[in-house]
Amino acid sequence: MSEFMAARPAPSVPAAGAADQVAAEAAVRQAPGDVLLDVRDLRTYYPVRRGLVQSVARAPRRHVHAVDGVSFSLRRGEMVALVGESGCGKTSTLQTILGMVKPTSGTVTLDGTDITALSERQMRPLRRTIQMIYQDPYESLDPRFRVRDTIEEPMLVHGIGSSRSERLPLIAAALEQAGLTPAELFIDRYPHELSGGQRQRVAIAASLVLSPALLLADEPVSMLDVSVRAGVLALLDSLRRDADMAILMITHDLSTAAHFADRIAVMYLGRIVEQGRAADVVRDPQHPYTKALLSVVPKRDPRDRTVPQILTGETPNPVDVPAGCRFHPRCPIATDRCRTEDPALRQPDAAAAGDHLAACHLA
Amino acid sequence: MSLLEVSDLNVWFDLPGGGQVHAVQGVSFALDGGQRFGLVGESGCGKTTTILALMGLLPPNAEVSGDVRIDGRSVLAGGEDSIRPHRWKDIAMVFQGAMNALNPVKKVGWQIAEPMALHGVAEGSAARKRAGELLELVGIPASAAERYPHEFSGGMRQRASIAMALACQPKILLADEPTTALDVMVQAQILELLTSLSDELGLALILVTHDLPVVAQMCDQAAVMYAGKIVEDGPMETLFHAPRHPYTRLLFAATPDLYGREAVVSIPGAPPRLDREITGCSFRQRCDVAMESCATEHPDLITIGAGHRAACLRNTAQREETAEVR
Repeated sequence: MSEFMAARPAPSVPAAGAADQVAAEAAVRQAPGDVLLDVRDLRTYYPVRRGLVQSVARAPRRHVHAVDGVSFSLRRGEMVALVGESGCGKTSTLQTILGMVKPTSGTVTLDGTDITALSERQMRPLRRTIQMIYQDPYESLDPRFRVRDTIEEPMLVHGIGSSRSERLPLIAAALEQAGLTPAELFIDRYPHELSGGQRQRVAIAASLVLSPALLLADEPVSMLDVSVRAGVLALLDSLRRDADMAILMITHDLSTAAHFADRIAVMYLGRIVEQGRAADVVRDPQHPYTKALLSVVPKRDPRDRTVPQILTGETPNPVDVPAGCRFHPRCPIATDRCRTEDPALRQPDAAAAGDHLAACHLA
Repeated sequence: MSLLEVSDLNVWFDLPGGGQVHAVQGVSFALDGGQRFGLVGESGCGKTTTILALMGLLPPNAEVSGDVRIDGRSVLAGGEDSIRPHRWKDIAMVFQGAMNALNPVKKVGWQIAEPMALHGVAEGSAARKRAGELLELVGIPASAAERYPHEFSGGMRQRASIAMALACQPKILLADEPTTALDVMVQAQILELLTSLSDELGLALILVTHDLPVVAQMCDQAAVMYAGKIVEDGPMETLFHAPRHPYTRLLFAATPDLYGREAVVSIPGAPPRLDREITGCSFRQRCDVAMESCATEHPDLITIGAGHRAACLRNTAQREETAEVR
């Protein structure tokens, strides 16, 4: 009996003062670095194709408001989680930061340089400082490439190392940094010889050889088995601590965000509707959308059955963004003001921490 | 007698190069109407194979043994002939990714009515009327029967595929990862629907998922599968608060909880290959409390308490110790 009891995790009942302790821990681990990435009022619209009839009739051009005024910043050594439902603009935000999509307006400042204003040529040397990890390591790795080729390719693109023998130790070091030790065991394998978790580590290693300052991770563990997810997340966690990397992670899993991120930004229909320290957002949510999202996260403990506050319907079409507060058609507490006036992201009266912001008239 | 009784179910797959994979190894459980039962574990542990075997829908290279009874009638012994009268009428399934498997060129209502005609439950206008009722039952207006799948959102398509599974009024519904591709809010809507269906229609529900919190919130009973075997089963509360197999405990510890404060730890290693005989405990290489005897002795699934079974030598060793003390 004793072995089972000793090794069992403690039940997850939030003890009195637990929130304070979390806040204290966050303060200790978050020896704040300088701001690496600053996104200001970013907007990315995609035009909707008009049919022939509409073109002839000069129907107004319509746009998908994928990212519609997003502002946040990210410090070195910090992990921010961007959470929200599909279609809320998480991935578009990442793609705009990465420069894969040109923003309609707004700025993305990386280390003091506004990268939205740069030309393709000026951007190229900066690209190695921003690296992306994709959701599906079964798709993102070339099946015909050995692990060494996958990791060598970005080095060739960016002109790192003059010969194979010079690059080899760097490849091995990246593999070991990504937790694939000993590197010799993995370096000559093909993706099909690796498990999902190992593949994702190879993808991470291929970013690490460029020693990026900013890592963008789009749902990095959602395709992986439950048993290995924690390991990959712990790897990301160690990268920002030891390598001082800033990590922007997209996830739809609030439990993961609560555990691994320093800060959480909740997106709804192209906007950040709430952001703050992870513990503040999870334990003291201010925006009704965040509250609803948190209430539907299934808890591990079967005794902890809370009544989920299920919102009806799905996120509206980002072509026709509702007037006023964009959440008002689904909001359980919306008033007349919410139907006309668009709320700004500000510190709510009830929020304890100064860096806890919500875009709600009633918060 | 339970509604569904599965005893000593085994499934082997013939490999193209010769040899066999023993994908399901002696699985037994029973289920009553209105009960919700979770089947959890990592991918490749035999969850989906188990429920496909119950439906008699395994590919031709599969070999099945054991006994599956619905209402006391054996449905496995006579092969296809014995399962056909029960499939969809008594036992139905929502497949993984079913929401993406609707026929894009047929109206949703037609697709729901089709199995009714095939199984002689209803035809023509009666079937169409029933399709509308089924859509209402899963929370879609009956008028949507005249629409095509592409006009539906992901959540609505998943509701429609649940309606399709319910077309012939089954008593048992098998759901394979019904919410994996869905957003949290839509996931909550679908889980609420499945819960109310099992309560109101008295459906026995088997939920196959790797998502422990979903099972924790929805199911009364669950079985944890590892390498083709049930390694622990029992009431959900017991599995979380007093697990007696290290795999169950480690799976919970690898799952982050919204308000959980302890570290989330992954389980090292990977499940073993099932194309060769495993001596001893199949989990021992990944186990944090393995003993010497785990390498040689095979742990049996033994009863620990009321409705609670686990297959770990630590339980056996402990029982002998207590016996000696007495």
